[in-house]
Parts: sequence; C-alpha cells; structure tokens
Amino acid sequence: MGTYLGLLQRRHADTLIQRLRGAGYHVLGPVVQDGTIRYAPVDGFDRLPAGWVEQQAPGHYRLQKRDSPRCFSWTLGPQGLKPLTFAPEEPLWTVERRHGHGLEFHSHFPETKKQAVLGVRACDLAALALQDRHFLGGPHPDERYRRRREGLLLIAVHCHRAAPTCFCASTGDGPRAHHGFDLALSELDEGYLVEAGSEAGHALAAALPLIPPQPGQQARAEREIRHAGEAQERRLPGRDLMTALRARRDAAHWEEIGRRCLACGNCTSVCPTCFCHCHQERPHPTEDRSSHYRQWDSCFTSGHSYIHGIVIREDTALRYRQWLSHKLGEWHAQYGRSGCVGCGRCITWCPVGIDLTHETAALLAAPPDDSEACDA
Amino acid sequence: MRDPYLPHAARVVERRQESPTIFTLRLELKDPAERESYLFHPGQFNMVYLPGAGEVPISIVSDPQDPHLLDHTIRAVGRVTQGLSALRAGDQIGLRGPYGRGWPLSECQGQDIVVLTGGLGCAPVVGAIRYILRRRHHYGRLVILQGVKHADDLIWRGSYQAWAAQPETQVLLAADQAPAGEWPWYTGRVLDLIDQAKFDPHNCTVMMCGPEPMMWAGVAALIERGVATDAIWLSMERNMQCALGHCGHCQYGAEFVCRHGPVFCYHDIRDRLGRRGF
Repeated sequence: MGTYLGLLQRRHADTLIQRLRGAGYHVLGPVVQDGTIRYAPVDGFDRLPAGWVEQQAPGHYRLQKRDSPRCFSWTLGPQGLKPLTFAPEEPLWTVERRHGHGLEFHSHFPETKKQAVLGVRACDLAALALQDRHFLGGPHPDERYRRRREGLLLIAVHCHRAAPTCFCASTGDGPRAHHGFDLALSELDEGYLVEAGSEAGHALAAALPLIPPQPGQQARAEREIRHAGEAQERRLPGRDLMTALRARRDAAHWEEIGRRCLACGNCTSVCPTCFCHCHQERPHPTEDRSSHYRQWDSCFTSGHSYIHGIVIREDTALRYRQWLSHKLGEWHAQYGRSGCVGCGRCITWCPVGIDLTHETAALLAAPPDDSEACDA
Repeated sequence: MRDPYLPHAARVVERRQESPTIFTLRLELKDPAERESYLFHPGQFNMVYLPGAGEVPISIVSDPQDPHLLDHTIRAVGRVTQGLSALRAGDQIGLRGPYGRGWPLSECQGQDIVVLTGGLGCAPVVGAIRYILRRRHHYGRLVILQGVKHADDLIWRGSYQAWAAQPETQVLLAADQAPAGEWPWYTGRVLDLIDQAKFDPHNCTVMMCGPEPMMWAGVAALIERGVATDAIWLSMERNMQCALGHCGHCQYGAEFVCRHGPVFCYHDIRDRLGRRGF
C-alpha cells in the first residue's frame, strides 16, 4: 500500500502539468493517436484520453470510448518509455575527409531536454530499470542513453484495470508501481491520490493543491489496484525459467512455433526491454563524408546472426528460441532477473497472435532434453 | 568526454598480400597520444572502419610489445573487407579498440601450450605464439597444429618454419588437399595429428580457433587425451557491431562474445559449442 500525500481533485489536475511546465519540463502524456494510445506533448488534462479504454487480445487492439471521467483507464499503448531513452534511430558519429588533415571523426550526442512523462505504467518502469542495467551498468555506459535518461521525470499511474493480455502480477512488476517513479497517481473518479518516490516528486507534490483524502478513498484505490492484479488471466509458469528452458533446447515445440511465427519482429519492436540494435553506414551521396547510425534491430531477422556467409540462426524456430530463451532465461545470468515485465505487448501486436505465456507453458510441459547433443 | 563508439583515424603503414584473398594491414594510430596509450593483449580485437562502408571486428596479430604498429590479417569476403583489401600504404581508415578478453597467457605460465587452429583461424593466436616465443622460458613445450583446406590457403609458411626451429617447439601442419610434391607436411585432417603432438595433457593449456565443427571435434580429441575441460580455450566469432556489449548481435547464451569473449574457456561454453542456433 502506498503512502498517499493527498488527493489532487480532478478540477485541479491541470496544476500538475502547469507546475511541470513551470519547472522547465516538456510534458508528455497519453493521447489517442493512430487508433492507439501514445505519449505525445500535452498542455492540459483535456488532451488526455478521458473515458478511453482499449480491448487487447492476441493479435488484436481496438480503442473504445466509455462514459467515464477517468484519463488512465486504458492500460497500454504499443510503446512504453523505450523510444524516449533508446532512440529507434540516431546518428552516432560522422567522418569527414579534410584536405591535408585526413579523416576527422565527430560524435553526435542528442540535444536533450527535461521531459516529464505522465501516465507511466508499473511494467514500463520495471522495463526502464532493466534497460538502465543494460545500457548503463556495464564497463562502457552508453552516453546517448544516459543523456536522455537523466532528463526524464516520471509520473506513474497505478493500473486499476488489466487488459486480458497483461500478466505483470506473475512477473512481480505490477499493477502497482513500486520503484522508479518521481510521482505516482491512483485515479478515482473524483481525482488522483498522490505518492512521491523521489525528492523531485516530493517537491512537485508540495506545489500541488492537495487535500487530505476522505475516508474510504485510499481503500477504494487499493481495492481497484488489487483487483487489476487478481483479474489477470495470463501468467508465466515461474519467475526464473532459465534452467527449465536451457533443459529444453531441443524441444519439438520450438519447430511448431516456428511454423506459425512470421519472424516479422513486431514483438521485439514493442517489447520494452529488447535492446538489440544494428549499425548502419550512410555515406553522403556527393560530399566526402559519411555518418554512422544505430537503429533498433530484431533477433528475428536473418541479418542478426549473419557472419561471413553463414546465418547462425537459419530458421524461424531457432530465432524464436533465441528470443524466448534470452528473454525468460539468459537475462537472469546477464542482469539478475527475467527480461519480461508482463506487459503482454508481444501477444497483442503479434499478427498471428502467438502468446508467449502459452508457448512457455507448452515448452515446460515437454520433458527435458535427454542428452548433451552436438549438431556440429 | 570520451565516446567509446568513435573511431580514431589510423594510417595504413604497409599492406601485404598473404594469399590470393588474405591480406595484412599494418596500421598506426594518427594521434600520438592515442598511440602512446594504446595497449592490447593477444586475442583481443579492434573495430576497423572503412570510410563510407562500415566497421568490422578484426583480431590483432602483431606483437603486443610493439603496440604502435597494429597488424590486422583479413580475408576479403564481404563488402567492408573487400573494400579494405583495396587500401594502399598512406591511406587512412578508422580504428577503435582493443575489445574483449584475450588468451590466458599469464595464467598458463609453466605449462605446455597447444595451439590448434584451422583456416584463417590462426590469426587470433599468432599474437599469442609470438608472445610465448619472446618469453620462451616462462612456458613448457609449445605445440602448434594448423590445418587448412587446401595447401594454397596456408599463410605465414616462413613463420611456421621459423617457429619449428625454436627449442621445445613442435609444428604440425595439415592440408585436406595438397598437390603431390609441393606440400612437405601432412595431407589430411589436422585432428589426425593430435596423436603426434608431444605435450603433458595434465599440465597444459590449449588455445583453439577456427571453424566450429573443427573446434568441437578438436575438443573431443583433446579430452580423449586427458586434457581437462577448463584447460581448453577457444576464440569465438559472432556478428559484432558495437563491440561494447550493447547491440546484442554476438550473444552466445548469456555471454556477449565482444565483451566476455572472444576467448572463452571451453568449460564455460560446453553446453553451447557445436549446437545449432547459438
């Protein structure tokens, strides 16, 4: 249960955005766009998707308008925070050939601004913590990621509703946000219960016209959050599946999934923890200079494992095995926990509706491989 | 601030043709301060950048005692390496590194050393061979086994002959195919020669590099001779683009080849080596 600082009445909700703008933040919030919910610049709560909820199912996403004042009854859009910190595409550096000087290399770093994101979900905060570990935790912290990350102020909203594709309760990442936010809100019809998770969050809360919650409001919020967890239909069969998946590398079920999977890479594009990216060279067509870019990549492409004439993961079954075994297994060895935060986006945005919770259960139902075989 | 993604300008000091498709570039970092601070360990690699084309990971074959001239032996197989092949002395390219973990050369002092390589696989261990020969009394016997598909593929013939003349050093070469009369060594698989190799299987370190089926079979043969799984080290190759452990292409199970490798102890990858899809 959270420590609520007070209630921000609905009619005063705009003061939150005003305070953020006053503190120099560009404010991003959820808006209806392209038939989905996306984070975009907002200047008031009237831009938020009041009454909108989404229907999610394997391979299915539709928005619906209901008669409700609530702005955060939707659960997830196709993207979480990942594009804000790990850019889908960005230049790393440019090289120029200068007469008399030879090659000169120049780094590109993003122009960062202070950004506040309103309406961040618990699963996406957990995913951000994982991306932090990947990009900042190693011997070569990623400066481009760091600059974007440091400018972020995060205002979480606990989920009071779960989509049928959600399974954050089983990964331990939601529906309540526990860590990683500056401010967290619980939405009731009459307004927002406010919690702070950082010094910046406390300072922001102190500048809001909060009133003491009325009896029953906290209990009502807690009940709705708890219900959003209990209502989840999907779950993973365990928190740490590394050993179980390593023992099933030869399971026939990988081939069965490989026959359904289109290897389109939608799952990796919407996954908030997938970090793979490729490097691209873009020579200027007429001038003697060239820029080096990075761009999101997917382990479902043949190029991902290509090396001098050989594709290591030559078929879709091997690529799906790589993705799932990494996500639910090898992440534990790499970053101390599963790479899945239970958001269910990979289920919703899969054009053929492959459901990793079902596939994982089917894999674990198979007996372990019997030998340390070699395919060489 | 230092940007680990940013290459440094390097000059091609010399280009040597080693075989019809294999060439060596001797590179020198242009900036004297970069040159002074550059240190590497045999088995590590650099990202070599061809302007307008892209970067490729290439192991450093020169002696770490002379880090000012960095030798890279390359087979022209793809877009970037074919472009690199057209370079001449005086041309400039980009270089960043060194990256990864090299051979356990301090840990294996006092032991016999077995170097088992196939194809151009010898490149990542050449620096280690030179390192050992320069410090000959720190190591026991040195056995170098190198196999090629065709006799014409053998590069550094002179070096193998010179190494064979060193004390306590045995060089065993094999070609799957060789024209009669022009190949003084064994015709057949290099693994057939393991029985002739003179070393103490209970006090040795093995360094391997080459095609994975050959390495897998080599591991099996060495274990058969009594070599422990943690005495065998292999240099692995995977798609590498960032070399910093970020881009994800080189993942090999839980390890990133660019960061935790490219040299791995066989014991740590025995569940993966030779298996499809890893």
